[in-house]
Amino acid sequence: MFPSIRLRLGATMARALTVVVTRTPRRGAALTLAVVSLMTGCMHGMRAPSNLDYSRTRASEHGLYRAAIKPEGDSIPQGKLQKWTLHLDAANGTPVSAASVAIDGGMPQHGHGLPTTPRVTRELGNGDYLVEGMKFTMGGWWVVKFRVNSTVGADSLVFNLNL
Amino acid sequence: MRFFITLTTFTTALAASLGASFGALSRSGLTPARMQHEGWTKEERAMMRSLSLASLAPLAPDPSNRFSEDTAAARLGQRLFFDTRLSGNGKVSCATCHVPHQDFQDGRPLGVGVGTAGRRTMPVAGTAHSPWQFWDGRADSQWGQALGPLENPAEHGGDRVQYAHVIATEYRSAYEAVFGRVPDVRGLPERAGPVPDTTRAAAWARIAPVGQEGISRMYANIGKAIAAYERKIEFAPARFDRFVEEELAARPHTAESAFSDDERAGLRLFIGKANCATCHNGALFTDNHFHNTGVPQTAAGLQSDSGRAVGARGVIAAEFNCVSRYSDAKPEQCDELRFAVTEGPELVRAFKTPSLRDVALRPPFMHAGQFTSLSAVMAHYNAAAAAPAGKSELKPLHLSQKELGQLETFLHTLTGSLATAPELLASPDTPRTTTKPAGR
Repeated sequence: MFPSIRLRLGATMARALTVVVTRTPRRGAALTLAVVSLMTGCMHGMRAPSNLDYSRTRASEHGLYRAAIKPEGDSIPQGKLQKWTLHLDAANGTPVSAASVAIDGGMPQHGHGLPTTPRVTRELGNGDYLVEGMKFTMGGWWVVKFRVNSTVGADSLVFNLNL
Repeated sequence: MRFFITLTTFTTALAASLGASFGALSRSGLTPARMQHEGWTKEERAMMRSLSLASLAPLAPDPSNRFSEDTAAARLGQRLFFDTRLSGNGKVSCATCHVPHQDFQDGRPLGVGVGTAGRRTMPVAGTAHSPWQFWDGRADSQWGQALGPLENPAEHGGDRVQYAHVIATEYRSAYEAVFGRVPDVRGLPERAGPVPDTTRAAAWARIAPVGQEGISRMYANIGKAIAAYERKIEFAPARFDRFVEEELAARPHTAESAFSDDERAGLRLFIGKANCATCHNGALFTDNHFHNTGVPQTAAGLQSDSGRAVGARGVIAAEFNCVSRYSDAKPEQCDELRFAVTEGPELVRAFKTPSLRDVALRPPFMHAGQFTSLSAVMAHYNAAAAAPAGKSELKPLHLSQKELGQLETFLHTLTGSLATAPELLASPDTPRTTTKPAGR
């Protein structure tokens, strides 16, 4: 009944520290904490990795996509619902259309997920997608994961945030 | 309250390389004595500023209640708030549990109206800033909240048809000046509503749907009037706010702003290694979210309480929520509801983070008054016992007795008063002289 926490070494070890908390979309019963750490392999983030990548543009885990997040107003306020634009390019730089996107995330150090269930509510064109329902209720390290599926393939993107 | 969700105990080596917010935390933990004399880090200063009442965003109108800024609605709401005719036994008003001169709460472990409620009475001040009401967030507006107790058998114990008669006979002109015509209540039974009482529920079922909707709309308007009044109940600055203002401006403190060494140390713990400000953040010292902090069941033999796990489903299905036919909001203005987490293990026995403003005035603590003193609360967070159901987010803090005392001392600096005009703290229909003063 409670989050099953397991250690999973991701496919792209070459990238720096990435910690992902996912809530399975169905029933929300299983919370998977996947830790990919070159340095420590630490469990559920009781030590904050020191060299997290906080950039807002990054490649997907298997390299199928490059994505950028653009929070409304460019800043990420604490405790307020906000809208983001997610931009998706294929690895060759072509904007991706008609992608399905599922969003998870949370605070790895606290073992909890996102306080809301953000969703892509609209495709804006030119590879842009409107994400609504983003909210971060605490200061600290958050991760947001986009699981993308399109004709390009299925892959995941993980962004670190520091509030 | 959830003061101490433990992040981690940092090692010195890691602390040196951590990101900004954790850096402050760890350094204060490593060398508290030295930091006392070096002042506040940039991160601590930012945190202090964010907790100050000066950083509270102005209250925006409630899109689900188009009367939220209406003066006449607020005045009607104030009268209704204090009216015991809005109860099954004629003895209970909102003010019975939400006692104005007690921070709009009653100091009891469980609210007592017509019967005994299942949880502690929550204070009213500042709640207009929150997207969720009740300990479990089963209402998403103040007006939606107000309608719950009115038909709860243990609280007001009445029903909406009864209240429609009260409006029609006692408040007709005041109601119609704000909301328009009072529905025709002639021919309706004296008592009827969608309540657990089978007689009154059956009487309600016999009313035609169009009649039911008229009554329910009037009932919703009762809530909207009460909400228009409750929005005016806000916290005034406390000594903490004056301290932050002077401290961050590097001005000499006055008697009204000065902190003792223990209060300073308590503040540093609060925003640092005690992790209180993880959840008790922002100018109202709440993240307006829900957490399982391992609060025990009471010895009183209360039924088990799943908290947000039930409240989340409740607010989605609520008759008077933001997307209901009685709401004035467009669906896209109900984003908190649209994007709410409604299932998952994290919701089990999670309760809303209460504001800590005036907390020292409000024992007993937690959702059913489980702790009678702040000391007991400190001990609870320090020990981080397992939750009776669900999983506690807490980790043991390993704070010393001295540090726990400093935290408690700091919490007393959050005691202020209400920024609410004295005439709003009593019924406008009764002589002011019968009420106690609002100040402390």
